Amino acid sequence: MKILVGIKRVIDYNVRVQVNREGTGVVKDGVKMSINPFDEIALEEALRMKERGAATEVVVVSIGPEAAQQQLRTALAMGADRALLLTSDEEIQPLTAARALLAVVKEEDPGLVLLGKQAIDDDANQVGQMLAALWDRPQATFVSALEFDDGSAKATREVDAGLETIEVDLPAVITVDLRLNEPRFVKMPDIMKAKRKPLDIRPFAELGVELPPQLETGRYEPPPRRQGGVKVDSVEALVAALKDKGLLS
Amino acid sequence: MSTVLLIADHDGKNLNTGIARSVACARQLGTVHVAVFHAPDEDAACAAAAKLDGVSRVLSISDPANEGPLAAVLAPQVAALAREHEGGYDYVLAPSTTFGKDLLPRVAALLGVPQVSDLMEIIDARTFKRPIYAGNVITTVKVPEGIPVLATVRIASFSAVDAGGDAPIVSASTSAELPTHTRYIGLSAAGGGDRPDLQSATRVVAGGRGVGSKENFEIIYRLADKLGAAVGASRAAVDAGYVPNDMQVGQTGKIIAPDLYIAVGISGAIQHMTGIKDVGCIVAINKDGDAPIFEAADFGLVGDLFQLLPALEKALDGS
Repeated sequence: MKILVGIKRVIDYNVRVQVNREGTGVVKDGVKMSINPFDEIALEEALRMKERGAATEVVVVSIGPEAAQQQLRTALAMGADRALLLTSDEEIQPLTAARALLAVVKEEDPGLVLLGKQAIDDDANQVGQMLAALWDRPQATFVSALEFDDGSAKATREVDAGLETIEVDLPAVITVDLRLNEPRFVKMPDIMKAKRKPLDIRPFAELGVELPPQLETGRYEPPPRRQGGVKVDSVEALVAALKDKGLLS
Repeated sequence: MSTVLLIADHDGKNLNTGIARSVACARQLGTVHVAVFHAPDEDAACAAAAKLDGVSRVLSISDPANEGPLAAVLAPQVAALAREHEGGYDYVLAPSTTFGKDLLPRVAALLGVPQVSDLMEIIDARTFKRPIYAGNVITTVKVPEGIPVLATVRIASFSAVDAGGDAPIVSASTSAELPTHTRYIGLSAAGGGDRPDLQSATRVVAGGRGVGSKENFEIIYRLADKLGAAVGASRAAVDAGYVPNDMQVGQTGKIIAPDLYIAVGISGAIQHMTGIKDVGCIVAINKDGDAPIFEAADFGLVGDLFQLLPALEKALDGS
């Protein structure tokens, strides 16, 4: 079975993101960029499936600027077999990304698509669900455990009420949560090897994807700061203050 | 007047508390219809939805296939309802619970329209604010004219409506074809025992890595029980294995808005603060006086939690 894994280039999760002075976006110049952490977990899962013989090929795909080659090379160094970059300097919104991924799915015919549950930049949490709908295939989101059987998968999902299990026929779209696995570190020899692996670069516009209506993005602003309060010096003072506010009777 | 279709999140018996909050958002946008998809013998959530102030009609959609909330099964029905309503619904909303996040993008794709995730503020009928970058940035988005507005509602940003209403419950059906490629197996609830639910509790006591071990978490449970509070935890405490994952508060866990939040041994990473942004009053108890949580806490108490918590319990006894 071939597995397709989606990779998004995002600002590294350790960076404290700041709104630019004009309020038109966030500061990206000179900022460290990485693979979206949830996508890295998706890739790790695909690699483990290949290592235990449950998958034959792992193909990574990204939509983004030319510079996203860097994240795809990292994915190849982790162990992916080949990579595809659909280049675009425009911001690609979730439904457009899902339509583009559907075009790739039609070319590649994977048995499984693995994605992160959301990207840590726009936090939309939409692409996997949208791709599954357009493809008319099952989806399992927020997945923290996976088990495969002949032609189907049992997915454990981290939902608000606890852990939910569903069964999906393959092919399916699975979006992964933090606890599914811990991604491996990339070793130096693998980085060298990854330089010779195939990385296909195609302009997004050549894909022939019909563009859906887009959300118009306006102002970016920092969230209102919560007013820090006071330090109290004893338990008694705390209880008195809470009673004063009517929070304790 | 615009009409709003709000999709109910329920467990077959009870309506998710996020629905009363979502109605508060929905009624600012138009006439509110709540759609309850359920199995034939599980219509209790319909009655609960009918009581919510501001709901003008409850659509009861009964089908054996609707047992267990499967997005693949529900999405074609929601899309059909949205289209088949006279003139089409102007808005389709779902709460930003895992149920809503799973379902609504699938509906949006079927309708071929974009979705606004985590709507936190209404600017005008088509313009909304939403958080990005784990709540570190707020952005404004506008849905273009001529298409329905699809959005998940960030429930912590809206106060629940009261339950004094009496909307009619109408049976509804759709022409949607339902797939069989996705099957519901079951739910195993972890965590809290008979304590209040983390997302609807008015008081929450949460522990972090500073609590030190699974056994030590007993001290958090004890204080919570004294206050009638739910118990939460930081991601660090969850990752360290002190408590199950469904107790996690934060961007990758639950976003909550109780009146009182007592954070014990929690340093206040951005991830965690995102989950408690709309809390009424934050109390921080931490031995590190420089911990970032003190910048946001209404009341901070610096010291050893293993001394302060028993003292706090005693003080509560005396009151």
